[in-house]
Amino acid sequence: MTTLVLRVNGTEHKLDVDPEMPLLWALRDIIGLTGTKYGCGQALCGACVVHLNGEAVRSCVTPVHRAEGGSVVTIEGLSPDGSHPLQRAWVELAVPQCGFCQAGQIMTAAALLSKKPRPSDSEIDESLAGNLCRCGTYTRIRAAVRKAAGIPT
Amino acid sequence: MMKPPVSSQGSPSCRFLLPLLALLALGADACGAHTPEPVVTTQALPPVQPGELRAPEAFAGIADPPARSRALFLEASRVMLHARCVNCHPAGDSPHQRDDMAIHDPPVKRGPEDKGVVGLECTSCHQEKTPELARVPGAPKWHLAPKVMAWEGKSAAAICAQVKDPARNGGKSLHDIVEHSAHDKLVAWGWSPGAGRTPAPGTQERFGALVAAWVETGAACPTEAEAQEAKR
Repeated sequence: MTTLVLRVNGTEHKLDVDPEMPLLWALRDIIGLTGTKYGCGQALCGACVVHLNGEAVRSCVTPVHRAEGGSVVTIEGLSPDGSHPLQRAWVELAVPQCGFCQAGQIMTAAALLSKKPRPSDSEIDESLAGNLCRCGTYTRIRAAVRKAAGIPT
Repeated sequence: MMKPPVSSQGSPSCRFLLPLLALLALGADACGAHTPEPVVTTQALPPVQPGELRAPEAFAGIADPPARSRALFLEASRVMLHARCVNCHPAGDSPHQRDDMAIHDPPVKRGPEDKGVVGLECTSCHQEKTPELARVPGAPKWHLAPKVMAWEGKSAAAICAQVKDPARNGGKSLHDIVEHSAHDKLVAWGWSPGAGRTPAPGTQERFGALVAAWVETGAACPTEAEAQEAKR
């Protein structure tokens, strides 16, 4: 066990954990932030995407020691009141069906928009290519990203 | 004294070895003019299994330095042409995976800096080492080789010319190439890929020694005919 310090959604946490523990475990089971989902556990589905120092990472395969001294943002920290343009677009376009993938979808899209505020459709598709939606809402997801970016849908 | 192989119809390594030696002995101009008979000489190299690399000392019997240099590169190219290496030296915008070099799943793209695209960078998934349970391959600075360094679909002869060309090797000197081959940590992953993956032949130490010996003997490049013969 090692004591690691990381900032999650603006709050500093000291964790006594195995440094190889997946970041997802630390977020969900220790810190109690359950908005980030466990999907495949192999970085194949994207349900567990969070931001680490501004980069979208799959927290199910990211060892928690990689986040030491860094800044993590989860879906709970994307906005204080669910008002991020992507969250609003998600609601307005009724994007999710079951909703299990949406935290990962939104966090990946947020990483995209932070660096490319007006992405092309192909850029949206390439960024989100690793986020699976088993309900098949991909056209609504793309429309919501466009809407959040202020691109006519 | 090295023991020469006795038949070109023997192990795969022998089928590789004898025509290669014959070609090297005859030189490039003879290639294609006729099919040379396999020549068994004291220059014969020891057989090698698919997962192994011959040591540089095994090439000492090739007296002609350029011929020895070409043979050393062909041996080193068995690493470069292995799936563990080619998969991340793609010719297109998508890396490959597995021994059958299937297109990477998820369908990631190389991006402007060969590190993926925003939101789906290589390091979104690939860590500094391969996690025991998730099995996603990992090594420091995981990224694709730039397109000018593509090895996919290339012959050993073409790769050799590419590796020597600073415009296509990241501005490296031959000394840098030796150092990169022998010690780079991402290159090292090829021999310890984890999760049951087939490692590149031999060891990084031996690969580095082969590349160093190739440079020391003049960094000669094999001909296309030699490269094609070596693939057989």
